[in-house]
Amino acid sequence: MSQDLERKNSKIVTKLVLVVLVMFGFGYALVPLYDVLCDITGQNIKLQASADSETEFTVDESREITVEFITAINEKTPMEFRAETRTMKVHPGKYYTVNFYAKNITNNPIKAQAIPSISPGLAEEFFKKIQCFCFETQTFQAKEEKKMPVRFAVNPKLPERYKTITLSYTFFDRTNIIEN
Amino acid sequence: MTAVVAEHDDHHDHHDHGPEKGILRWIITTNHKDIGTMYLVFGLIMFFVGGTMALIIRSELFEPGLQFVDPQFFNSMTTMHALVMVFGAVMPAFVGLANWMIPMMIGAPDMALPRMNNMSFWMLVAGVLLLAATLFMEGGAPAGGWTLYPPLVLQTGKALPFAIFSVHMLGISSIMGAINVIATIFNMRAPGMTLMKMPLFVWTWLITAFLLIAIMPVFAGAVTMLLTDRFFDTSFFNAAGGGDPVLYQHIFWFFGHPEVYVMILPTFGVASTIIPVFARKPLFGYASMVYATAAIAFLSFIVWAHHMFTVGLPIAGELYFMYATMLIAIPTGVKVFNWTATMWKGEMTFETPMLFSIAFVVLFTMGGFTGLMMSVAPADFQYHDTYFIVAHFHYTLVPASIFILMASGYYWLPKWTGNMYDERIGRLHFWLSAISVNILFFPQHFLGLAGMPRRIPDYAIQFADWNMVSSIGAFIYGFSQLLFVYIVIDTIRGGTGKATAEVWEDASKHGLEWTVPSPAPYHTFTTPPEIIPTEHV
Repeated sequence: MSQDLERKNSKIVTKLVLVVLVMFGFGYALVPLYDVLCDITGQNIKLQASADSETEFTVDESREITVEFITAINEKTPMEFRAETRTMKVHPGKYYTVNFYAKNITNNPIKAQAIPSISPGLAEEFFKKIQCFCFETQTFQAKEEKKMPVRFAVNPKLPERYKTITLSYTFFDRTNIIEN
Repeated sequence: MTAVVAEHDDHHDHHDHGPEKGILRWIITTNHKDIGTMYLVFGLIMFFVGGTMALIIRSELFEPGLQFVDPQFFNSMTTMHALVMVFGAVMPAFVGLANWMIPMMIGAPDMALPRMNNMSFWMLVAGVLLLAATLFMEGGAPAGGWTLYPPLVLQTGKALPFAIFSVHMLGISSIMGAINVIATIFNMRAPGMTLMKMPLFVWTWLITAFLLIAIMPVFAGAVTMLLTDRFFDTSFFNAAGGGDPVLYQHIFWFFGHPEVYVMILPTFGVASTIIPVFARKPLFGYASMVYATAAIAFLSFIVWAHHMFTVGLPIAGELYFMYATMLIAIPTGVKVFNWTATMWKGEMTFETPMLFSIAFVVLFTMGGFTGLMMSVAPADFQYHDTYFIVAHFHYTLVPASIFILMASGYYWLPKWTGNMYDERIGRLHFWLSAISVNILFFPQHFLGLAGMPRRIPDYAIQFADWNMVSSIGAFIYGFSQLLFVYIVIDTIRGGTGKATAEVWEDASKHGLEWTVPSPAPYHTFTTPPEIIPTEHV
């Protein structure tokens, strides 16, 4: 192999390895990029950090929306968790409070995070939560029980076609998660 | 044409050094032909390993109810079948073809980086062995689907880190192979072999290599995130820590969609090489083929979320990914048109490579059409994760990539071995494959439209009949591939006689590889050939 060719080869290899490294970085860059895009489209709540502000709505007494509450615990989270109200009829614009019950069933303190999900997804932006145990990580002492309120309202601008909204919470064990 | 069989053309080239003796030849070789052969043989073996897994799946699905395997193992089979076929069979087989043919097609003495070439092959073997080892680990092999979606895949037992490291190794192997292909094509072309004179197989591989370099690192990153989520308490995809499993799907399909084109673009290249030879016409629309390939490669990067229409994308996203996906039909249509136009009024003959290529054009087009159906976002909600998608991608992979790999086997085997294969058995292999592949996959369209989900070991009884038909097709298809193994061995041992240098009538007009003797000497084009103007420009 001539020296000229060797030089050309090592030049192209250097360039291509650089592309490989950049693309490896790009994979990781997709992580913050995804957050930004979710933020712009408002599509994905992920971990909601703060409460919605308490806006006064005109209450629409003529409409009734069924709100359902579903609870779940992720795979290995050692908790009992249930909604004290399974389902309720609400008027758009009016604020309601419902309670959830949770208990640490172990003899050690645990940290757990509830992740909300609203179905149908497109109704999400019309569902206002001004108080929720899901806004922060909950610490449970050994065998501790908690009654946790959620205060919410359905925005009266909710399109007519939505009759039922389902709010689901899943508790994840966060005891071992690195805080950032 | 009938293959021209030469009498006693024992024509050995005399070179300074030939291959090493014994087994060491294969371990330390840096010769592109040796490495190409190893890739091809390895790909063929893995084709049967993955095929055996497919037959386990089809046996279980022959009747409703659980018959042979437990559901966990069944899910391992669907996952491993896909991983083995993609990373162990199809990709290595095309890398093997690239190794054998690219230097000979562009008039180069070898690949640009021969030692790295050896390393990427052995790394592939190590990666696949590591993947296979997961079958015997506590908790079984990965069973969450080849897409390795969290959180399900994080529930894999002891096998998870091994599967992830195996993906890393396969990725590094492909990246090294791709760098080698690019360096070879850019730096080693014979004088006069301009880019737009290169055979299409070389062009499609050049573009494929760029795809690989762009996507394999992203996939490596995604599986590394899975690894740290599972073992180092990061939260890329863990909702509790502020992550999102849907993010994984975005990263995966940013890799995954170009990845499926990694398997189909070289397929297009081989089809564009074979069809003109047997139609006795230059390829119709050479330049448009090159541009269409580049266009498909570009589009592959901006359509990934069509795999995720049902995860809850914003409406704007659904619409964008729907229309962008539909765009792919245009360059693909250009290609199908060009292949058809190449055959139009050609003096066609129907030797085995041509039969497989024609079947590819017809059946790949069907797979493309079902793809177009699923690009329609609202309709996709019905098709998503059903047997319809299974039918779709198998039509674009089995009678496309696999058929073309078989075609290239028949087409170049005389050049590789110096002997002609048995045309009668080749045609038998073709007809058995072409008929059974449709018995195997066509009914899966009906099953999918009727709502049968994919990746299930048991199903409702209304799906029983078509599943039985599909399984029968699977067994005919699977066992008829053994004919190919027989033909390869028979041809190596002498076949039906010696092949000429040109092998196919006037083939030397279509590619430099037909200007060297058959079998191709251990070293070819140590001095660059003179490039005569080819017909396709």
